[in-house]
Formats: sequence, structure tokens, C-alpha cells
Amino acid sequence: MAASDQSLKRWYSKFTNVVHRNLRSLIVGIPFVWLLLFFLVPFFIVLKLSFAESIIASPPFTSLLDWSGGGFPEISINKDNYLYLIEDDLYLRTYLNSLKIAITCTIICLLIGYPMAYGIVRTQGTWRYILLLLIILPFWTSFLLRVYAWMGILADQGTINDILLYLGFIDKPIKLLYKPIAVYIGIVYTYLPFMILPLYANMEKLDSSLREAAMDLGANPVSTFFTVTLPMTLPGIIAGSLLVFIPATGEFVVPDLLGGGNVLMIGRLLSSEFNANHDWPLASAIAVVLLIVLVLPMMLYHRVQASQANS
Amino acid sequence: MSTQASSDGESQVDYTHTPWLDPSATPFIQIKNINKQFGAFTAVSDVSLDIYKGELFALLGGSGCGKTTLLRMLAGFEKPSSGSILIDGVDMGGIPPYERPVNMMFQSYALFPHMNVEKNIAYGLKREGVAKAERTERTKEILNMVELAEFAKRKPHQLSGGQRQRVALARALIKRPKVLLLDEPLAALDKRLREQTQFELMNIQEKLGITFVVVTHDQEEAMTLATRIAVMDKGNFEQIGTPAQIYENPRSRFIASFIGSANLLECTVVEREGNMYSVSQSSNSQAILVEYDGDLSIGANVTVAVRPEKIRVEKRSAVSSAVADGHNQLNGIVKEMAYLGRLSTYHIVTENDVMIEVTSPNQARYRDGNHPIDWDDEVTINFAPQSAVLLTE
Repeated sequence: MAASDQSLKRWYSKFTNVVHRNLRSLIVGIPFVWLLLFFLVPFFIVLKLSFAESIIASPPFTSLLDWSGGGFPEISINKDNYLYLIEDDLYLRTYLNSLKIAITCTIICLLIGYPMAYGIVRTQGTWRYILLLLIILPFWTSFLLRVYAWMGILADQGTINDILLYLGFIDKPIKLLYKPIAVYIGIVYTYLPFMILPLYANMEKLDSSLREAAMDLGANPVSTFFTVTLPMTLPGIIAGSLLVFIPATGEFVVPDLLGGGNVLMIGRLLSSEFNANHDWPLASAIAVVLLIVLVLPMMLYHRVQASQANS
Repeated sequence: MSTQASSDGESQVDYTHTPWLDPSATPFIQIKNINKQFGAFTAVSDVSLDIYKGELFALLGGSGCGKTTLLRMLAGFEKPSSGSILIDGVDMGGIPPYERPVNMMFQSYALFPHMNVEKNIAYGLKREGVAKAERTERTKEILNMVELAEFAKRKPHQLSGGQRQRVALARALIKRPKVLLLDEPLAALDKRLREQTQFELMNIQEKLGITFVVVTHDQEEAMTLATRIAVMDKGNFEQIGTPAQIYENPRSRFIASFIGSANLLECTVVEREGNMYSVSQSSNSQAILVEYDGDLSIGANVTVAVRPEKIRVEKRSAVSSAVADGHNQLNGIVKEMAYLGRLSTYHIVTENDVMIEVTSPNQARYRDGNHPIDWDDEVTINFAPQSAVLLTE
């Protein structure tokens, strides 16, 4: 009994030693493994799919490795999916339209969100937290439900038209739903908090004495804003813009529900290739190209940041 | 608009010059019945003050005394609830900070982190619309003055605390303001650098002739720097005067204990002979003789304030009869002693159980390392009637 106690203790101290020695790598390792499993592996599956051929079978795509020859498997890479994306200008138009909508919405979010964040930061006491809570409040309801609510607001017999008709500004309902404007409204509405929150976090840290110093040195409020406040809040602007721009480009729910079939967006196209056409390889190719389109500006931004930090 | 100050501002400051004593002199900064409320809290209550051209004026006080609020009202960041401020004869009421002939050096320095040293310093000139060539030249000139020429391209975070302080000073001085406001200019520096910078500040002020208003909580700093000091407490001026006036003639108990340290003894007047007052702590204790120019009646309650360094201490055995002339001579025992090198501090408990603090310079070298006066030694202390001050407030 005593002997096994001893060996148990020895084993335990050995174990804790190993744990202590490897704690650092363990702490770094867990998120690493997580990302590897749930981000990188699916990505490679999608990448692999994008080089396959579409067939009518289950699953509806060919395998890249052909083992039928015996011995070494034959690798068959199919570039047709990517070529098809170039051949049919629908895809290019959809990508460009998605980018246009995402960029426009990002700018609108910035124009609305910046003053809002600034206003919240300048508010004193409890009111600041109430305002902040109001920004976060929509997240407590399902995103899908909120988009459905917008369908009700924008419809021909919806809230906006009812009010305008009642006030006599129009005599027949104006078409809002299933028009591009509905998509813009929906995306701006959905992603505005993602612009405001990073801006708020950035502005909250802003030292008010910097603004006072600028004023003291002869800068009027406008000049103070452009020479001090704006450059100092640039990291918040960039963070907020990326948080809006990236998901907005691939947005599916808003163009699907509010845009109907009338607004070309890549998320919707991807979904229809995948679900309606059962063309998994083409859908995967669309996803890979979208990823490249989104990752490139991110990498550029990091490059710029890194070089700024070095200088 | 603040550049005009330069032409007549280059003159040397004459330190024997005391414009505040001259009733015909026009004050440069006039603070008239300024009152500042933050909700129910009175930060500054009905203060008036005249500051003259070329002065290095210190607002001294503890935290929350209203000194920073007063400075911020001079800069234009806070609006007085009532009263007015005139700078060089112009009423500052309604003039925003960016149009005042005043620049401020912030306690945090408030250097723009996204601009390098050069751009930080040139910021004020750029806003004023000064041409690029002149801007560059003036920036270079002031960079040389603060000895930071080789750091022109550095960002603020790449500088040491002392260098940042000098950038802040240069940035505030480059527009040649009529008045430079300094909010705790040396608080963020370590002791050695602070002492060195104090003299640099005085030199610069002397060279440029700009009127400085310094806010500080450090009484030593105020005494070193300032031509005059206003001691503030609870939004009021407790006393305004030269460092020596405030130290040697404190007006109240607050001043006596706030500026330096003082032994405060609660007494009643028992006898008067001309301006020689005899006061005592209780009926059976020894009377203390104090010279006082005011008029006090017998039985009035007063406080005797004596600075620790104005009291002599001697070992009782060593007291010669010549020294012991009987005036203000008390016997006691050393309860605490601190040897500080250039001087020693003693806490002495007298025969009637009063603790007296005495500091005494260590003039002789104690070669054997033993202090001549030590713990539990019986000592005699005495001070001249002229060395003590009678306080009624």
C-alpha cells in the first residue's frame, strides 16, 4: 500500500512537472488546435471541393484521388470551376456588386456610427451605459427575426408606407422591399453596432487633454477634429470598417429576404449554387475566391500596421 | 495672435523689481471676483488676484483646492460662474481657448502621439498659418533651446520623461504667448531631474520674459521657482506673497503648517510690554516671549508658531549661562531623532509634555560617527522672541 502510494506520488509529481513545463505551449496550443480543427480543416475541405467535378451522386462531387489504378493514386485536379467563374460574367458582376454594396454600407455605417460613438463617449454617468446598452440590445433578439421585422417595415403595406400615406406625402405605396435600398438598409442596420463598438472602445481611451492641447495651440474645433481626434481614432475606424465590410460582402440573409431575387450578392449566389443547383464544387470555388477577395485587404492592412509600428 | 508679445517680451526680467508693491503699476493678468461652481461644489470662490508682467507666479495648494480650475479658467477650458479675467487689458469672457494669447503646458504633457517631436512643436504655428520656412526655422530654434535638436524626428513614446517635458515646454512656448500656464510642470519627473529642470525653467522664463503662471502642490517647487506665491485652500487664497513673506510671516495656522513645518502652540496672552507679548500654554507653564506688531488684549487666544530650524538645541550639561538668558528656554528629553546628513531632526518632549520639533544643522563633523545629541538625552531648547510668530487665525 505504502509502495503504491509512493509511486503514485512520484507519478503525480512527474505529471505536474510535465504540465508546468508545457503550460505555455498548452495555453497557446488549445486555441491553435481549435483554429486548426474548425477553421483550417474546413477551409481545406472547401478548397479540395473546389477542384472536384460535379456529378449526380451522393456526395455530388468526384474525389481528387483516384485509387482505381492500383498502387499510386491518380490526382485529378479540375480547374473548370474557376474558369467558369471567369467565363460567365454573372459571377464577376455579383462579386463587384457585393463589394459595392459592402463598401457603401461600410461608409454609411461609419458616417452614422462615428458621431454616435463620439456622442456616447462624451455622455457622462449612467446615460453613457444606457446608450451603450441600446446599441447592444438588438443582439438579444435573433438576427433572422429582426430581418423579418424589416420586411414588415419595408413592405408595400408596411409601417413606412402606412405612415407616409397617412401623412399624405404619397398617394400610393412606394416600392422598398425587394429593391436594392432594402438591402442597404438591412445591412447598415445589421452591422452598425459592429462599427460603433470598436469606435467607442477606441474613443473611450482618447485623452481629452490632447483635444484641449490642440485648442490651446490655436486649433478651432473643426481643425482639432481633423488634426487630432480623427487621426487618433483611425485604429477604431479601421477595426469597425473591417468588422462591417467583411461580413457584409458575404451577407446572405439580408439580400435573400429583403432583396428577393433582384439584388445580386455573392452570398446568395453561393447558396443557390449549393442548394438549388447542387453544384458543390462551383459553390466551393465561389467561396474560395470570396475568401481571397476578403483576406487580401486584411493582409494589406496588417502590413501597413506592422510597418508603422516599426518606423 | 500671440506673436505680438515677442517684440517687447525679449527684455530681461529684473528680479529686484517688485511691481506688486507699486500701486501705479498695471497688472498684466487681472482676476476679478472669480467664482466657479461645479453643481453644488464650489471649486473657486470669489477670488481676485493681480499678476504682473514677467512674473513667475505660483498657485500652490493641495489637491482639490481649486488651483487647477483657476488655471483652466485662464486657459479658457472652464467658464467662470461669475467674475472676469483680463489679460493685458482684454476681457477674456467669451474668448475660446484657441483665440487666447495664452498657452498651456499640461500635466500629462498631452503630446500628440501620432506626430513626431518637430510636428508637435510646430503644431501651434501651423494653426496660426505661419509660412513653412518660418515654421521650420522657429521650430529648429526652440529645439536648440530645449536641447532636443537630434530628437526632432522621434515620436513622443520614444522619448524619456524629461525629454517629453521639454517638448511640451517647447510646444507651449513657440507661439510666444503673453502668458504661459504650467500645470504641475515637474510632477512627473524624478527628484534629481526636477531640481535641474526648475532652474532651466527659471532661465527660460528670464530669457523670454513671458509671464508664467505655475500650478503646483509642491511647496519647495513653488518657493524655488516663483516670484510670488498664492496659497490656495478650499477655493480661496489663504495668502499671497513672496516665498520669504509666506514662510516667515504666515498669516494663519494653515499656512504655517502647509508651508514647511512649524511647531504650533496654543496659548493665551498673559502680559504685554510694547510689542513684546508674554503668552503661556496653561496657568502653570512657563511663559513664552514673542514679538508681535499687532494689537492683542490680555487673555486672547493665540497660536505661537515656531519653525523647527529657528530653535536651538543643546545638551543640558553643555548649556553655558551666557546662552541661557532665560528667554523661551525649555527643558526636555529627546524622544526621536533623525540624522539626515546636512541636518538632524529631533522630537523633544518638554517638561510640560509638549512635543517640539527642532532641526539643527550638523556644522561640526562627527568624526567618531556618534551623534552628540542622542535618544533620551536631556536637552535645553531656546528661541528668540523674534523667531516666533503669533497667529490669530
